[in-house]
Amino acid sequence: MTTSYEDVLLQVGQVRYKKGDGTLYVMSERLAWMLDNRDTVSVSHRYTDIKMQKISPEGKAKIQLQVVLHDNTTSTFQFVNRAGPQTALRERDQVKDLLFQLLPKFKRKVNKELEEKNRLLSENPALLQLYKDLVITQVISPEEFWSQHAVNYTQKQQNQKQQIGVSSAFLADIKPQTDGCNGLKYNLTADIIECIFKTYPAVRKKHLEYVPTKMTESEFWTKFFQSHYFHRDRIHTGTKDLFTECAKLDDQEMKKDMSAGVQDPLVDLTAFEDKTLGEGYGSTSEKPTGTQNIVHQSMIKRFNQHSIMVLKAFQQSNDSNKTQGETTHTTINNNENKCVTQPHVNGDILPGTSGENSDESRVKKMRIQEKVRYNDLDGDCDILNSNNVKTLNLTKVERYLHGPLAGTNESNSSVENIAKSCDRLRQCVSSWNLNQVNRSHVVSVNPQSAVSALGELTPGGALMKGFHEESLAQLVPPSLEKDLHHLYMSGCELLRHFWACFPPTTNELQEKVIRMHEALHRFHSARLKPFEERVMCEFSPLSHQLTNHLNQLLSTAYSKFELWQSRRKPSLR
Amino acid sequence: MKLDVDGLPVYFPYEYIYPEQYAYMTELKKGIEAKGHCLLEMPSGTGKTISLLSLIVAYIHHHPAHVNKLIYCSRTVPEIEKVVEELRKLFKYYEKNDTPLNMLGLVLSSRKNLCVHPQVSKEKDGKIVDGRCHGLTASYIRQRHEHDETVPICTFYENFDRTGRDTPINPGVYSIDDLKRIGREMNYCPYFLARYTIHHATFVIYSYHYLLDPKIADVVSKELTKSAVVVFDEAHNIDNVCVDSMSVKINRRTIDKAVANIQVLEKTVNDMKEVDAQKLRDEYNRLVQGLRDASVARETDMILSNPVLPDQVLKEVVPGNIRTAEHFISFLKRFVEYLKTRLRVQHVVQESPAGFLKDVFQRVCIERKPLRFCAERLASLLRTLQIADQTDFSPIVLITHLATLVSTYTRGFTIIIEPFEDKSPTVVNPILHFSCLDSSIAMKPVFDRFQTVVITSGTLSPLDMYPKILDFNPVIMSSFTMTLARPCILPMIVSKGNDQVAISSRFETREDVSVVRNYGQLLVEISSVVPDGVVCFFTSYLYLESVVASWYDQGVIDSLQRRKLLFIETQDSAETSLALLNYIKACEIGRGAVLLSVARGKVSEGVDFDHHLGRAVLVLGIPYVYTQSRILRARLDYLRDQFQIRENDFLTFDAMRHAAQCVGRVLRGKTDYGIMIFADKRFSRSDKRSKIPKWIQEHLKDSLCNLSTEEAVQIAKRWLRQMAQPFSHEDQLGVSLLSLEQLEQATSKDIDARARQN
Repeated sequence: MTTSYEDVLLQVGQVRYKKGDGTLYVMSERLAWMLDNRDTVSVSHRYTDIKMQKISPEGKAKIQLQVVLHDNTTSTFQFVNRAGPQTALRERDQVKDLLFQLLPKFKRKVNKELEEKNRLLSENPALLQLYKDLVITQVISPEEFWSQHAVNYTQKQQNQKQQIGVSSAFLADIKPQTDGCNGLKYNLTADIIECIFKTYPAVRKKHLEYVPTKMTESEFWTKFFQSHYFHRDRIHTGTKDLFTECAKLDDQEMKKDMSAGVQDPLVDLTAFEDKTLGEGYGSTSEKPTGTQNIVHQSMIKRFNQHSIMVLKAFQQSNDSNKTQGETTHTTINNNENKCVTQPHVNGDILPGTSGENSDESRVKKMRIQEKVRYNDLDGDCDILNSNNVKTLNLTKVERYLHGPLAGTNESNSSVENIAKSCDRLRQCVSSWNLNQVNRSHVVSVNPQSAVSALGELTPGGALMKGFHEESLAQLVPPSLEKDLHHLYMSGCELLRHFWACFPPTTNELQEKVIRMHEALHRFHSARLKPFEERVMCEFSPLSHQLTNHLNQLLSTAYSKFELWQSRRKPSLR
Repeated sequence: MKLDVDGLPVYFPYEYIYPEQYAYMTELKKGIEAKGHCLLEMPSGTGKTISLLSLIVAYIHHHPAHVNKLIYCSRTVPEIEKVVEELRKLFKYYEKNDTPLNMLGLVLSSRKNLCVHPQVSKEKDGKIVDGRCHGLTASYIRQRHEHDETVPICTFYENFDRTGRDTPINPGVYSIDDLKRIGREMNYCPYFLARYTIHHATFVIYSYHYLLDPKIADVVSKELTKSAVVVFDEAHNIDNVCVDSMSVKINRRTIDKAVANIQVLEKTVNDMKEVDAQKLRDEYNRLVQGLRDASVARETDMILSNPVLPDQVLKEVVPGNIRTAEHFISFLKRFVEYLKTRLRVQHVVQESPAGFLKDVFQRVCIERKPLRFCAERLASLLRTLQIADQTDFSPIVLITHLATLVSTYTRGFTIIIEPFEDKSPTVVNPILHFSCLDSSIAMKPVFDRFQTVVITSGTLSPLDMYPKILDFNPVIMSSFTMTLARPCILPMIVSKGNDQVAISSRFETREDVSVVRNYGQLLVEISSVVPDGVVCFFTSYLYLESVVASWYDQGVIDSLQRRKLLFIETQDSAETSLALLNYIKACEIGRGAVLLSVARGKVSEGVDFDHHLGRAVLVLGIPYVYTQSRILRARLDYLRDQFQIRENDFLTFDAMRHAAQCVGRVLRGKTDYGIMIFADKRFSRSDKRSKIPKWIQEHLKDSLCNLSTEEAVQIAKRWLRQMAQPFSHEDQLGVSLLSLEQLEQATSKDIDARARQN
């Protein structure tokens, strides 16, 4: 069992292990140690088994290296070179560095499954919380957790992830924390990085360019946070800054947008004035020059830029289903489209150059006509609206109320017909409108009484007189509220599984009921009780109110279980 | 529907009508019949324009002998285009009712907006378009073209000149785009077509300057008939337009460029003397003969005319000492040198035109009389010298305008020379302001010339100020409110923050951390309860900038961004337009946005935030004008001496009309709704509160006048819930909306009462 089939990468003599001197071998797949004057390896750890390595702090008398295995057992090697601690230290560091390079390579292979689970947990905060609440507190076993409770999540993986929009405050959300010694710590998550990339394509480009060839990931982001790009109240400081170019690119982009002009005549401020007098006329200067704070101005510009880019990022992510923005727009225009009569000389063919011009002017005209229209003055418009609304027309009322019944098979339910009627239904649904109140007789409550009812039901209203616990929301601090929320989540998860077993017709289900019942009890004692006690001593006025409902839920489950037990026992006998 | 307004049948292109629209028409009719001037205030979004047009169209239709023209002036291009569309709608309605109008209505706009020349129209700057147009169409250029084919001319204008005047355009309504289309189809120049057509069109729609600015009005609107109704819409700022149109300012750069101009002129004169001395002699002879203009001015030759009002233009022969070109040039040289010395001051100088003239005479021996002819003489010389591109000569033109103005008017003007700006006393940047103090000067010829002038806007309160500062006697002066079926505006005065510290933009406290923080808090809280768009106005750019900077430090910006997207108005209008466009986009996709803007800025004057684009508007502080400005001080003194208007009254009036303009942006119709927050302690004082337009004041109950941020947010929440309920036609009908039958049943007195006071 020597090194016959493995390369020895490093060999260090005079290493003490468990009070025996020997030699440490760093090999290509394992770390081995052999007692002096023996030819059998007494310690051998595969790299895949090693979780991490630790070294003794500098200045300590003993120069040691410890490896921790996945099962948390450790092996400690002491370097005792006779040439002095300096040499020993150097040897130790050689081993350490080599291990540092080797270990990650093997980490990849470790336990794919574990990694997968880890990833799931980190991606789903709710699941992670559940895991913490149920598994770590040992209410249920990990195996059961993964097989029973996380099924939804493990399956969901296949489904495509929904695109997340960009919050406009994402940069602000990276809150710096002081680390106590004149430094700042920024917490970056994958989400935030994604947001930054989406919003600032220039930074993504820079990132591709520099990482990892020219600098490391963390160096890159450190530079980012130091740049004026992130601190909007700083102005360009020379060309040293990595992100000066990014800012310039952004500026160019904005200039391009600006020179493209604004199509909407109603917001194009540059074309508002119909005056071509040169400067020098008029008493007030249009541009109040003077000492303006350039820092403030560039900051303001950056805010505008930021918002515009966030919007752009949003649109890009929506490109595939390119409707969000436009649907709302078209619905607004919808009414007008129908009312606007085309200009009377529409059909005329215009000279070549003006082809797109005329299209543009038509859009412009539409915008203006839409503005000068008073919908409420127009009788037509209302009728038009109501034409759009489909009224429910029932031929067979009982079918509508009961749904299709077995046996009443109609002749025309061929596949084609069904597809057709599905289509029709979809069309109908798409033209449904919420504003049905005008004409339909199905108004459930009229608006006035709805508002007044809402008013009465809010704290201070007539119907809320007996309700003195309105302050509950204020009494419960957010942290407690969060805890309670978690408690509910995990409790309900257990209860869901408990109730899902009823009626327990098979043996498996019966076993599960018993298991779940035990889990519930464990939950009760391990999670709920401590919480209640904490509430009791910290927030005495609330005492039982908070957990009343949860307790009720549990006791219902217990009684159900007991009922089932009592029925089962006689039948077993 | 077909209404009966006090005996006049009026077609109104809608099925229903607001009571205030009917009342407005009634008042307007009285004014037109009395051949007097009117001052009418009606809230924005109540269909002011369409009521006005309906009545006047009907009036012209039925009494063409009495009134035969409508001149409609508005402020911005979009406003003008809106009016055209409303007029078009009315025309169509007449057509539908089988009484087609055999009339013509059109827009006149600058060359920049109307040009169809393939190259010239590509230019973005209006001045350059004017200059290049002039370079292609001036009479001598065209003459030269006759001899030499290579001299470029504008085929569109040539075509128009040949046949355009004899081929009338069909009756109808023509917008800017329609004119351009005709221009392209018929190969006519749309600009000159429009300028020619306005003389016989019944409805002319153009910008204020074409009527109020004498330099332009003399070129464009000289021959318009007197039996016309003139309407100034959005007229709340009309006094400033008047003052601006008569004011001139000169800085060192202008002088330097003018000196260069003179050198070019001198050289051209010398060159011409060698080549073609006859032309100069001709000019001289004509001037001797008393033809004030040395050549027959064609329409294309003039860009700017005499800067003084027509009644002040001397009908005399040009004085001898500036008749020859050389003499005139040396005369100009002396005057420019004089101005140069005047700009070399160390401290601020303020003097009257008379004092200035005296000084000119003493120092460089220039008399008043030749100075008065300066502008005309230069125009004549430029024509004689056949200088194609006159844009380069605008500095010297400006200086001759100053010369003519200063020697013509002795009252109502002042000269202020500032060696530096107040904010940067170390930077030498001398400016000579020749400032008009009296807005009635420019307005007077309009009032005198036309039989009815209507001044109207959504915010003219307090009404009695306008007759004073414009110096006229209205026969009708009315303010209408907005009849509402539900309280669709919620005005509130927020006077303190949550910490009970009073908030105010007073100079002493405006930079206080607590005030700035409370403003931020207010905006954050409002933007977290109000859906979609929120607009926030500051008192000035400088204040906006400093507040935004401190908000950034205080983290207010972060919390704003957490709720909505943030956009800020800047001084660059292209940038602001882009921001606005994205603001609208953000509102439309449902993300919501906050726009920080400036009172008196372009956004506050011209952009509407209707419906979801503006659910709440905040005015942070009272938008007082910068009171340390010397021009303003001079104007205030003048107003006090001449019109007995107290300084404070005018300042408050001015501030409040701008505040009203800002908050008025949010409501553009009765189906719309919006919150209006006046965030300054001083708004609740009666002198300020009483100057808010009546239609807002009505809803500003005492209980809403002294709120803290928290209270305001609570009220806003409750109100928004109410507004979110569906609002139907039936709710409005009879209250804020009348059908024809209801209108006939109600007596006009009844309606009037309703329109004035709810």
